[in-house]
Amino acid sequence: MSLWGEAPTPTLPTDQTTERPEPRTSPAAPGTEMSTLKINGQTREVHAAPDTPLLWVLRGELQMTGTKFGCGMALCGACTVHLDGQPVRSCVTPLAAVGTQEVTTIEGVRGASIDALRQAWAAINVVQCGYCQSGQLMSACALLDKTPKPTDADIDAAMSGNLCRCGTYPRIREAIHQASTN
Amino acid sequence: MPMTTRRRFILGSLGATSALVLGWSALPVRQRLSTARPLPVSGSEAALNGWVKIDADSTVTVMLAKSEMGQGVSTSLAMVLADELDADWAKLRTETSPIDKIYNNLATVVDGLPFHPDSTSTLKRVAGWLTAKSMREIGVMMTGGSSSLKDLWLPMREAGASARAMLVAAAAAEWGVPAAEVRVKAGVLSHASGKTAPMGHFAAAAAALPLPAAVTLKTPAQFTLIGHAQSRKDNAAKLDGSARFGIDALPPGLLYASVVMCPELGGGLAGFDAAQALAMPGVKKVIALGTAAGLTAGVAAIAEQPWQAMQAVKAVLPQWSPGPAAAWSSADVFKRLRDELDHEDGFAYYSEGDAAAALKGAARTLKAEYQAPYLAHAAMEPINCTVLLKDGAGTVWASTQVPGIARSAAAHALGIDAERVSVNVGFLGGGFGRRLDVDFIAQAAEIARAMEGRPVQTIWSREQDFTHDFYRPACVSRFEAGLDAQGRLTAWHNVSAGQAIVPKAVSRAFGLPMAGPDKTTSEGAFDQPYEWPAARIAHRIVDLPIPIGFWRSVGHSHQAFFKESFVDEVAQATGQDPLAFRLALLKNHPRHQAVLRRAADKAGWGTPVAPAPDGAKVARGLALHQSFGSIVAEVAEVSVGPDRTIRVHRVVCAVDCGTVVNPDGVRQQLESAVIFGLSAALHGEITLDKGRVQQSNFHQQGAVRMADCPRIEVEILPSAEPPEGLGEPGLPPLAPAVANALARLTGQRLRALPLRMPAA
Repeated sequence: MSLWGEAPTPTLPTDQTTERPEPRTSPAAPGTEMSTLKINGQTREVHAAPDTPLLWVLRGELQMTGTKFGCGMALCGACTVHLDGQPVRSCVTPLAAVGTQEVTTIEGVRGASIDALRQAWAAINVVQCGYCQSGQLMSACALLDKTPKPTDADIDAAMSGNLCRCGTYPRIREAIHQASTN
Repeated sequence: MPMTTRRRFILGSLGATSALVLGWSALPVRQRLSTARPLPVSGSEAALNGWVKIDADSTVTVMLAKSEMGQGVSTSLAMVLADELDADWAKLRTETSPIDKIYNNLATVVDGLPFHPDSTSTLKRVAGWLTAKSMREIGVMMTGGSSSLKDLWLPMREAGASARAMLVAAAAAEWGVPAAEVRVKAGVLSHASGKTAPMGHFAAAAAALPLPAAVTLKTPAQFTLIGHAQSRKDNAAKLDGSARFGIDALPPGLLYASVVMCPELGGGLAGFDAAQALAMPGVKKVIALGTAAGLTAGVAAIAEQPWQAMQAVKAVLPQWSPGPAAAWSSADVFKRLRDELDHEDGFAYYSEGDAAAALKGAARTLKAEYQAPYLAHAAMEPINCTVLLKDGAGTVWASTQVPGIARSAAAHALGIDAERVSVNVGFLGGGFGRRLDVDFIAQAAEIARAMEGRPVQTIWSREQDFTHDFYRPACVSRFEAGLDAQGRLTAWHNVSAGQAIVPKAVSRAFGLPMAGPDKTTSEGAFDQPYEWPAARIAHRIVDLPIPIGFWRSVGHSHQAFFKESFVDEVAQATGQDPLAFRLALLKNHPRHQAVLRRAADKAGWGTPVAPAPDGAKVARGLALHQSFGSIVAEVAEVSVGPDRTIRVHRVVCAVDCGTVVNPDGVRQQLESAVIFGLSAALHGEITLDKGRVQQSNFHQQGAVRMADCPRIEVEILPSAEPPEGLGEPGLPPLAPAVANALARLTGQRLRALPLRMPAA
């Protein structure tokens, strides 16, 4: 049974609900061109339009959901991936700007830094909801790769672009320090 | 009686004695063991009751009836059951429970009754008991109100003990020994004769036995997991990208929808031109969206890929029709709230003695007015929901705090019976109360109905998320204190004004009107431990067309700031130490005294404070608050930067939350609440311009980040009392602790949130 009372009155006549006419427009329309991406050591073909942010190529066409959507404006860092080892916000990085650079995501990141970070993250129980943590780890990994023994100021500079609404910052700081000593 | 009527009856009578007419037959705890339908099992699993399954390979699966949104329930609730079961913690996992009434949340509804925590009245006890009883039958599954452990502490211990007794009985039968001689430790059953086997060996035989009529629960001294810090069960999945949040649902053939809603809250859609959007690549359809479950009208574009949908919806040209909120800007709201306080006394939630007479006879009075703005939740996972309508059945993938209500909302929008809808809840990327509403689930179902046969994931942009939230209500509060010639407090008078959340939320969820007092409006003001000689604490409900909802700690989030700030003002005005002044008002509250003293001692209250790294002077501020059953005191060390920025360097947080299940979980939640509270105290403000929310993303609505996050020290006081809430209680005292420190540091009393230092 319904607990919702009467069905809502449609705000518009149904002829205002519009459907794309079939058949679809030219198969050569924008959005169907093919490009090649190097991701996590593999080469993947994608069909997204060149202006599509890398985030939505990953999450949509490639169904790689470890990289998260948070703000769409490079304000929160949840979508952080590496391009040739450098942390970037994939929500504002168009596919066309990736070119031949190697894309590394949370699913594919490997090496001593991320191993040490994951170990410290688990030992310290950093995560709460966990939604921002892919981005946090990718930023922290890029930091350790470049600065193996970061100071608090280094951590502030490298990590302040990654927002966490659960408030895991003190433990992230502790975990980065712990990882850097291993 | 039809369900609608019964639900209206109960929800309409919260806090009223009419709940007394309902009958009862057994204790709620015992009634919460078995689901109406047997738990789904796979392979060689056996369900021993509605809470636990054991596989032949001895893997123990604990059913998780609460949403894991960061607060750690997938660890702490599992610990509670595993301890009584004597399970092997390493071989234990959790699984989202189905929807069943044994999983209904009783604790939050009982806590919603408007009684003072100190009340020992028979009415409170009977009303609480009967409410629990009736909510078991007609309530809802719900994760919120810091209630998870409180709600399931006894049922899940009972379930663990009951399963253990069944395993023991099965072993005793197989081995031909008395059950009393079978021992269980870390997932292994054994007998002095040398017989030994892991739990999985007996799971199938045990599941065939009847539930034990009674079981004996452990004494605290017998606990092996409870009280001992455990690692989070969800660590691994959240470190390699494999954790599935609602937004990570990937059913085959998935389409994506992006929405835009009328910028004026509650506004309508007069029409739209979709020609340009429909010509864009991948776009399947553009549809008008309705206003179920509190939604503002809007338009959705559905496409093959998420970015295509997002681009397409921007190309739709909608014509909006402004709703009632269009007449309201922030200044109008605050003016209206003040007008109400000028003319109305409000509903008194607490009265002691004759406060009016005491004020009249006071040697001196102090007055102050405080205010707090609307707030958005801004969970990291933007609002989203995935729905498939196929062959007359619905499937929902959603980050929700209320799976049962979500199912009803989806069913209604899909035009099918709720029994034909299944709801999949994964990890929630934050909740904070936003996901107690099901507006987005109704909307996603409406969209999926237009694409019958294919699943559609509806994703709100962060801009839609910020501008179409259900906000923490704005509030204005006025205080008057009476003092005698010696500066002792003789009267406390407090009236606040603001919107009431519960009637609106109930109406959105169930489509039913609800009236009567709403405890959440005055919680944090009326339900505190201070022993006022005479007091009147009241709230005036003001109905405004701005959508409001539950925001982490709800009424406490602003009432604690008002109350603890004014307590400090009175202490300051009479030249008393804020700690001593509070202790004198807590003579009959030893637990509160102990928490306050612990925070003060740990922080070094009364000793000099070291200056900030840049040499700026630092001052301490103190606050005490009780919410969701737990008592928290915080001391903040604060300085003001050269640009007048408020900087919080250190927060000491002491808590008495009853029995501690996972000590590290307690620390995590307090750290979390302090930081969430600090974001709100320093940055949180949603403003309205003619019904439009002016903050659309994190550049306009700041939050604490790594560089400005204080050092946080948590002190947990030991207690043998039952566990109390913990997801929220660390938040309310933060803002007043900071404001009190600022008043001591600068001499300026900030009476409005967010806290901003005026130019020097």
